[in-house]
Amino acid sequence: MEPFRLTIAEAAAAIAKNELAPAALAESVFTRIEAIDGKVGAYITVKAKDLAMEQAGRLLTGGQSDRPLYGVPMAIKDNMCIKGVRTTCASKILEKFIPPYDSTVTNKLDEAGYILTGKTNLDEFAMGSSTENSGYFTTKNPWDLSRAPGGSSGGSAAAVAADMCIAAIGSDTGGSIRQPASFCGVVGLKPTYGLVSRFGLVAFASSLDQIGPITKTVEDAAIVLSVIAGGDHKDSTSAHTDIPNYAASLTGDLKGMKIGIPQEYFIDGMDKEVETVVRAAIAEMEKLGAEVVSIKLPHTAYAVAAYYIIATSEASSNLARYDGVKYGLRVSGSDLIDTYKETRARGFGQEVKRRIMLGTYALSSGYYDAYYKKAQQVRTLIKRDFDEAFKLVDVIATPTSPTTAFKIGEKTDDPLQMYLSDIFTISVNLAGVPAISIPCGFDSANLPIGLQLIGRHFNEAAILQAGHAYERHAGWYKRRPSI
Amino acid sequence: MKDYNDYETVIGLEIHAQMRTHSKMFCGCPTTFGSEPNTQTCPVCIGMPGVLPVINKTALEFTIKTGLALSCRISPFSRFARKNYFYPDLPKGYQISQYELPICEGGFVMLNVDGAERRINLTRIHMEEDAGKNIHDGAGSHVDLNRAGVPLMEIVSEPEIRTPKEAAAYVRKLRTILRYLDVCDGNMEEGSLRCDANVSIRPRGTEALGVKTEIKNINSFKFIEKALEYEIERQRRVLSEGGRIIQETRLWNTSAGVTESMRSKEEAHDYRYFPEPDLVPLMVDDGWISEIKKGIPELPDDKIRRYIEEFKLPAYDADLLASEKQTAAWFEEAVSLGANPKDISNWMMGELMRLLNEKAIAIEASQLTPVHLCGLIKLVSDGTINLKIAKTVFEDMFNTGKTAGELVKEKGLVQISDVGELEKTVEQVIAESPNETARYKAGETKLTGFFVGEVMKKTRGKANPKAVNEILKRLLG
Repeated sequence: MEPFRLTIAEAAAAIAKNELAPAALAESVFTRIEAIDGKVGAYITVKAKDLAMEQAGRLLTGGQSDRPLYGVPMAIKDNMCIKGVRTTCASKILEKFIPPYDSTVTNKLDEAGYILTGKTNLDEFAMGSSTENSGYFTTKNPWDLSRAPGGSSGGSAAAVAADMCIAAIGSDTGGSIRQPASFCGVVGLKPTYGLVSRFGLVAFASSLDQIGPITKTVEDAAIVLSVIAGGDHKDSTSAHTDIPNYAASLTGDLKGMKIGIPQEYFIDGMDKEVETVVRAAIAEMEKLGAEVVSIKLPHTAYAVAAYYIIATSEASSNLARYDGVKYGLRVSGSDLIDTYKETRARGFGQEVKRRIMLGTYALSSGYYDAYYKKAQQVRTLIKRDFDEAFKLVDVIATPTSPTTAFKIGEKTDDPLQMYLSDIFTISVNLAGVPAISIPCGFDSANLPIGLQLIGRHFNEAAILQAGHAYERHAGWYKRRPSI
Repeated sequence: MKDYNDYETVIGLEIHAQMRTHSKMFCGCPTTFGSEPNTQTCPVCIGMPGVLPVINKTALEFTIKTGLALSCRISPFSRFARKNYFYPDLPKGYQISQYELPICEGGFVMLNVDGAERRINLTRIHMEEDAGKNIHDGAGSHVDLNRAGVPLMEIVSEPEIRTPKEAAAYVRKLRTILRYLDVCDGNMEEGSLRCDANVSIRPRGTEALGVKTEIKNINSFKFIEKALEYEIERQRRVLSEGGRIIQETRLWNTSAGVTESMRSKEEAHDYRYFPEPDLVPLMVDDGWISEIKKGIPELPDDKIRRYIEEFKLPAYDADLLASEKQTAAWFEEAVSLGANPKDISNWMMGELMRLLNEKAIAIEASQLTPVHLCGLIKLVSDGTINLKIAKTVFEDMFNTGKTAGELVKEKGLVQISDVGELEKTVEQVIAESPNETARYKAGETKLTGFFVGEVMKKTRGKANPKAVNEILKRLLG
């Protein structure tokens, strides 16, 4: 088998057993990128191959047991800072921005021995569900190049699906890891808010953003999570909890686990094939010994509205720093105000501008109580829904997205339709709980369908355990796009 | 003519105090004043993408300390908020401040204005970060972000100040307390203490507040009263001419001595405050508050009371000695060495302050220490030297750091109290001044001063004046 096809677990084992040199693995992955990224467009910046090969060449075959990602080529979504590496957020406003600092996540990956392949495409500032909002180009879905890979971490998901990296890192504000993972037939994990440091992640909506892995298997997600999780003194919102070895929770056993099925997540108008496949996957889990229970998450209907107020409000403030004064694009105008206007008019794309305006409006004097404050109250109710549900069950299972990958251009004229593709993932961010999307089958067009498993705060172990048991049994992870 | 007594003035002050922390509010950059532009910056205070703020615990401690000293309620739960506006010196496009839930609420400042006690209540004290500075020169406009992120306390008073004089007294009192607490150096010229004033006037006897203006840019103690007097006068003129006050922000123009319109209410920013999502709410536990309380020194009002009661000082002396922590410490050290408090006070308020001012030396840096002063006072009280000589000794001690004993010995300044020796000198003076002697004997007794002066000339000031007087009376009488 070509080394680029390997999972992290397989690659690490092969390196440890002296069967694979880190350089050979890197060579394979970079050759793969050269061969097919022209078609997929997953990367905004590919690391110079000779630099990567030099780095891999210094790593010894045989591995290092304390460095779980020793020699593993991984892609990073282009909204996380790496010292000396251009970080664009897929925005023209940061086209030439080279950060003089590392994000905590990439520091941790460095310590674990990873090799950077490059920075992947996204919707500009992670605002979108298809990567069509990238300021540079649209990433294609490796299963069908006429379709979107989902978003905003579409580049990372497509790169993993097309074997242009062994694993990738994404960020998830309202579904930006899970929905593209679902569309691309890979595993995507959004950890509990606060589990992974956000330092160095360019903020979209600070109270919702979380970094997580996009991988080929649940086991790989567990391996990466163990590396990147943990409290960070540079991020006041990060939690200082003990980090378990998540891979150890992968017992393959589902017996006695209580899985809740929220009625509100099987809605009219959702894709029938998606519903059938997801229900079948849940039935499989029941056969494996899980106890399936019907539950209620009664405030689900308000999640999208609350999310688009909170996320855009925070974004309107987070993106104020791109003003042409200090770094990034500057388009000089006739005076200061004009320079602000010109810089931001040319530097930001349409969706980013739309969200800045929405958020600015929602926070305006006289509207704050009706919008932002109300949305925060709804958020509390949604959080409570999950607290109540988790008194009854260990894990909640839902579809990740109401549809499979849609055609490129299909929803670009209808932002509301685009927003609804995150309808099943958004509540999780509002509640701050962890969730994983794993492949659970295909529709008649051979497009992947994702199953979302949601867990209690800081109980990533439960969703990894459930996801892993199902994945090993169902074996969908073995099916790969024929690109 | 206009009757100004028809109107009552209402003033509320917002004081921004830069805290004397080593590092900035949300990052580890130093806070030193006057460094080369943009040398005290990092990705956090420059507002680079993806970086996050981390609260400076010392700044929080300083604010709580100040709150406790001013009798505020310390909120067990408070939070930061973002104040959003665009300006080149504001790198993130928002200032991290506090809005709905400030760390300190309530509290008050006691004033003594023209002998009357006044209590000015506080609305709140909150923490925030400073902005940078825009610099304009021939080459264009520049931004210096050294100051961006320096911790500030904003101390907001209720609109209870009634005169410009009270306003100035309020700022002085706050400055004294902040300096006592060692949380702010209080330097208005360097901008570490800044004052914005909300001013309105209303017909005397009415309750409803008039339309207010906000005066900014009052950057010196000298100008607090001037700016407020100008603005009150301006508002009275507008009203008495039948006009209306416009709610606006006005800038104090130091050189022209006037306030000038900066922006109207319609042009005011909508700051779109919302809770800062990058920082978790602040929970302050009682244990820490008690710890901080223990670190609060005796404050000026308590000192003044004690100086009056314990040391029997006049209120004027007590007030002056307690006005600066270092001055008070110097005084108390001298008292502890056993000298008479009023003697110490006299020397300090007279010679010491004069010399410190002349030489621009801080009292704690003076080589004349309380030990020096007490040595001098002892030499005067035991009659070794007279007061006039003591003054020259004092100045010599100040300049050389030598003790009074050393200087007196070195220069042979010991007072001549020996009656026999003095009598000879007095006789000599009488013999040399037949005219004056005749006039004195004819009843012109005010000539005593002339004779004493002549004796002092001959003894180079060392004669014991009391003894000389007695001898004169006896020999001429």
